[in-house]
Amino acid sequence: MLSVSNLTSAYGRIEVLHGVSIDVPEGEIVTLVGTNGAGKTTLLRAISGVQRMTNGSIRFAGTLIESLPSHARVSLGIVQVPEGRQLFSPLCVEDNLRLGAWTHRRTDIRRSLEQIYELFPMLASKRRMAAGSLSGGQQQMLAVGRALMAKPRLLLLDEPSMGLAPLLVDQILQTISALKRDGLTILLVEQNAHAALAIADRAYVLETGRITVHGTAAEVGSDRRVQEAYLGI
Amino acid sequence: MAEFLQFFFSGLTVGAVYALVALGFTLIYNASEVINFAQGEFVMLGGMGTVFLALAGVPLPLAALVAVIIAVAVGVALHRLAIEPAGDAGVVNLIIITIGASIFLRGVAQVVFDKRFHSLPHLFGAEPLRIGGAAILPQSLVVLAGAAIIVFLLWLFIDRTLVGKAVIATAANRLAARLVGINTSRVVGLSFAVSAAIGALAGILITPLTLTSYDVGTLLALKGFAAAMLGGIGSPMGAVLGGLLLGMLEAFSAGYLSSSYKEAVAFLVILGVLLAMPNGLLGRAKVERV
Ligand SMILES: Nc1ncnc2c1ncn2[C@@H]1O[C@H](COP(=O)(O)OP(=O)(O)OP(=O)(O)O)[C@@H](O)[C@H]1O
Ligand SMILES: [Mg+2]
Repeated sequence: MLSVSNLTSAYGRIEVLHGVSIDVPEGEIVTLVGTNGAGKTTLLRAISGVQRMTNGSIRFAGTLIESLPSHARVSLGIVQVPEGRQLFSPLCVEDNLRLGAWTHRRTDIRRSLEQIYELFPMLASKRRMAAGSLSGGQQQMLAVGRALMAKPRLLLLDEPSMGLAPLLVDQILQTISALKRDGLTILLVEQNAHAALAIADRAYVLETGRITVHGTAAEVGSDRRVQEAYLGI
Repeated sequence: MAEFLQFFFSGLTVGAVYALVALGFTLIYNASEVINFAQGEFVMLGGMGTVFLALAGVPLPLAALVAVIIAVAVGVALHRLAIEPAGDAGVVNLIIITIGASIFLRGVAQVVFDKRFHSLPHLFGAEPLRIGGAAILPQSLVVLAGAAIIVFLLWLFIDRTLVGKAVIATAANRLAARLVGINTSRVVGLSFAVSAAIGALAGILITPLTLTSYDVGTLLALKGFAAAMLGGIGSPMGAVLGGLLLGMLEAFSAGYLSSSYKEAVAFLVILGVLLAMPNGLLGRAKVERV
C-alpha cells in the first residue's frame, strides 16, 4: 500500500535520512523502531509531506505522491498522529475532532463524531473542554480520534505511548490492534520495541538514518543485535 | 467635564479605527507570524478608492463596495505574488517584503489617484449632536457602530464557523493544521483578504472625519501597530482594547498637553510596551515550540 524507496531528507545541509526504503503492505501493522534521533519522525513527516525530501520516491496505492502537498495526501487517506500529540490546544475537544474531518464533506462529520465517541467514551464527556486542559492519556486519545475523523487508509503513528502510564500504553496498543482488525493499515513508530513488536506484522530498525534490520516482527524480534540494543535481552 | 467628554469621544472614534487596523495586523500575524506593514495601505485604498469612484459618478454605496473589493484583491495579490513565493525566506524577510509592498502601493496610488487631500460626505450630515456639553458628529457614531459591527462579524466568523476554527487551528499549531489536511497557505491568503477588507472599511468610515490621501496609510499602520503591541500582539481582544486606549491617549494628550505631542504618543507606547511589558495587556508569553 505504501512503498518508500531510497528516501533522503535533510535539515539545512545536514542529511538525516540516507536512502531509506520501507514497504507497508495493506492491512498490516508495520513498526519502525530506533533510538533517539534516528530519524523516525523525519521519515513520517516526509511521508505526510510536511518535511522536504531531497531524493527518493513515495508510492501510495500505486501512485507516486512525493510531489503532492500535505493536504492532498490527507485527502488520499494518509493521516498522521504526530509526535507530541500536537493538538489545537485553544480549541475544544469536539472542534479538534471536527477539524480532523477537514478534508471530508461537512454532512458526514456527525456520524464520524459518534463513532469516535463510541471508541473513546471519555472524549464525549469532555467534548466542550479545551484540548489543552486534558491529561496526557486523554490528549493521546484525542490525537488518535482526530486522525480517525479523516477516515484514513494508512495511519501513521509517531510514538503514541510516549509519556503514558503502563496501563494507558496497553490501552493504546489494544486500540491500534483493533483498528487493524477493522482493516486499517498502520505504520507505527515506537521506542518501546517490546510492545510494538508484539502487535506488529513486520518491523524495520532505523539507525542514524539507515534501515539496518528488517523482516517479520518475529524475525526482527529474534535478531541478536535487536535483542541486545532494543529489547535488553 | 464637557471638555473631558469631547476628548473622550474623539479618542474613542479615532481609537475605533486604530482598533480595526490593529485587528488586521493581528489576523495576519496569527496566521503567518508576519507583521504586514502594508496594512495602512488597505485603509488608504478603502478611502481613496471610494472617493475616486464617487468622483467618477459611481453611487456612494457601490463605490464603497467596489473599493473594499479592490483592497481585498490587492491583499490577495500581495499574498500570492510576494508572500507565498518567498515562503521559506523567514519571517524577517517577509516583513521587509510587506514594507516594500507598502511603498509600492503608495507610489501607485500617487499616480492612479493624486497627491491631494479628499473627503467623503458624512452619512448622517455634519450637524453635531450635543451630549453633556460636548459636540459629537453623527459620523463619529457611525464609525463606532461600524467598528462594533465589524468586530462582531469577525467574531462570528472565527468562533462559529469551521473555516474560522481552521484559522485558529493554523495560528495555534501550523504543523498539526497541515497534518489534518488544512491548506495553511490558503488560510494565510484568507487572513490577508479579511484584513484588507477590514482595513478598507475602516478607511471608508473615517474619511469624512479625518480626510484621506495617498499616504495616510503610513501613519495609520504605525498607530495600528502600536495599538496591537499595546494590546498584546496576536490577541484580537487586545487589538481592540489597544486601539481604543491609544486613541484616548492621543486625544487626551493633544487636549490637555499640546497637539504637537499627539503623533509622539504612538512611538512612546511602542517603546513603553517593548521596555516594560513585551506581551502587551492581553498577549500571552510566546513559547518557542521545539
Ligand atoms: N528541526 C530540526 N532541525 C535540525 N535538525 C533536526 C530537526 N529535527 C530533527 N533534527 C535532527 O534530525 C535527526 C533525526 O531526528 P528525528 O526527530 O527524526 O528522530 P527520531 O528518530 O524521531 O527521534 P526521537 O525518538 O527522539 O523522536 C536528529 O539528529 C535530530 O537532531
Ligand atoms: Mg521522533
